[in-house]
Amino acid sequence: MLRLRDLTCGYGRTAVVHGIDLEIGADQVVSVMGHNGAGKTTLLRAVVGLIPAMGGTVEFDGADVTGRAANKRVKAGMAYVAQGQQCFAHLTAAENLRLVADGRKNGKALIDAALDRFPALRGLLGRQAGLLSGGQRQQLAIARALITEPRLLILDEPTEGIQPNVVAEIEQAIVDLAGTGGLSVLLVEQHLGFALQAAQRYYVLRSGRVASRGDTGPESNVLVREAMAI
Amino acid sequence: MDVIVGPLFTGLSTGSILLLAALGLSLTFGQMGVINMAHGEFIMAGTYTAYLTQQLVGDAGVSLLIALPFGFAVGGAMGLILEALLIRHLYHRPLDTLLATFGVGLILQQVARDIFGAPAVNVTVPEALRGGVDILGTTVPKTRLFIMALAVVAVVAVTLVLRFTPAGRRIRAVVGNRDLAETAGISSRRVDAGTFFIGSGLAGVAGVALTLIGSTSPTTGQSYLVDAFLVVVAGGLGRIKGAVVAAVALGALQAVFETYSTASLAKVGVFVVIVVFLQLRPQGLFTLRTRSLA
Repeated sequence: MLRLRDLTCGYGRTAVVHGIDLEIGADQVVSVMGHNGAGKTTLLRAVVGLIPAMGGTVEFDGADVTGRAANKRVKAGMAYVAQGQQCFAHLTAAENLRLVADGRKNGKALIDAALDRFPALRGLLGRQAGLLSGGQRQQLAIARALITEPRLLILDEPTEGIQPNVVAEIEQAIVDLAGTGGLSVLLVEQHLGFALQAAQRYYVLRSGRVASRGDTGPESNVLVREAMAI
Repeated sequence: MDVIVGPLFTGLSTGSILLLAALGLSLTFGQMGVINMAHGEFIMAGTYTAYLTQQLVGDAGVSLLIALPFGFAVGGAMGLILEALLIRHLYHRPLDTLLATFGVGLILQQVARDIFGAPAVNVTVPEALRGGVDILGTTVPKTRLFIMALAVVAVVAVTLVLRFTPAGRRIRAVVGNRDLAETAGISSRRVDAGTFFIGSGLAGVAGVALTLIGSTSPTTGQSYLVDAFLVVVAGGLGRIKGAVVAAVALGALQAVFETYSTASLAKVGVFVVIVVFLQLRPQGLFTLRTRSLA
């Protein structure tokens, strides 16, 4: 599904992430953990094509997509939910969803399916997205990503800064999505318990390098905490 | 009555001219953040499009109707070429963009001089738009009424396109958050080109309309450029509603000042008011309310 080989990326001439090898199989959930500044977001931005790779390759479905623009990677089946509950603030919630449904034959059905997953959004469709709460914006962001019919969903700290009862809803939605089949998930998450529970495989980044990796299991919590020096 | 209605209509008329000149800028500068100093030359291209169409067609009325969409296409095509060849490579470098497009503007003026000559040329006003209409005791020239109507049509058309079409949604999305738009599967490059086409096309339409009230020369557009930027900044960047209110307000101010002084002093007065206004409200008339950072 997704394979990173020796991927180095950063900003300007400064590399932040160095020589990452990472693999996600079909229907697999992989968590990436690490302290702030470890390079998690930078890694995701390079995977989705928002920043160029300085070295190495990004392969998606067997094709080298390293030089492709982000919008083409999304069309190929990647979806990215950025950190910080990002939405198109000046568009209504409905317009946020329609934006990605435009031009798709089954656009309306896709919007309905996304709203079924986050029913709280149904009553907020006419509201300007920038005026929604953090949790509502995050649900909108995930709903928008789902409408693109992704095969790889990339989530950057989806529960960060969100009130606990909404966190539970979002975590449940991620678990449900991963269980439906046909969707792999690359999850960056600070909440170690959820990251390890949801994933089959984990990576820990430290100073832009992989400090630990492995399959999740009874021992992984200890191993991850060791790698993160918690 | 005509003491009020006269300046009021002059203000509305001046405002609608400003609005036509500024509407395209509110897309390219207000929404995309590109300081395109050649925007005035796109207006000038519109005026010469009207002139050439009339030379070819002959009938003033028919040529005006043909020149309006044709002016849009000519302005739009010039914008598209400028965006592809120059501006695309200078995004996030506003000072470089300003200097480069200023240079392009000078080149376009010289090209117009070489082709049409330095002296101004005139476009004949159609028979139907000659004379005036009596409104509340004041005679308002039909050409001015036509420009007002055209400004209204242009604003409504732009608003409808931005608000209700997929292309409009894409433009607003890219303007709001370029990275997020890319990750929503939108090609921001294609949208940039499309936005620039529409913005520059509107300058072409403004140029065609301006031939009804003035002569056409290589420097025609330049004289509207500063006013157009003022309208966009005072209205609030990227806000069409702001551009409409600012254009009418500036037009009215200009008309009122002109009633009691000279045109030059009126201009000074308008500048003073704008400087004071922007000191008090640097973000312009209208801004976006949001809880999120995006």
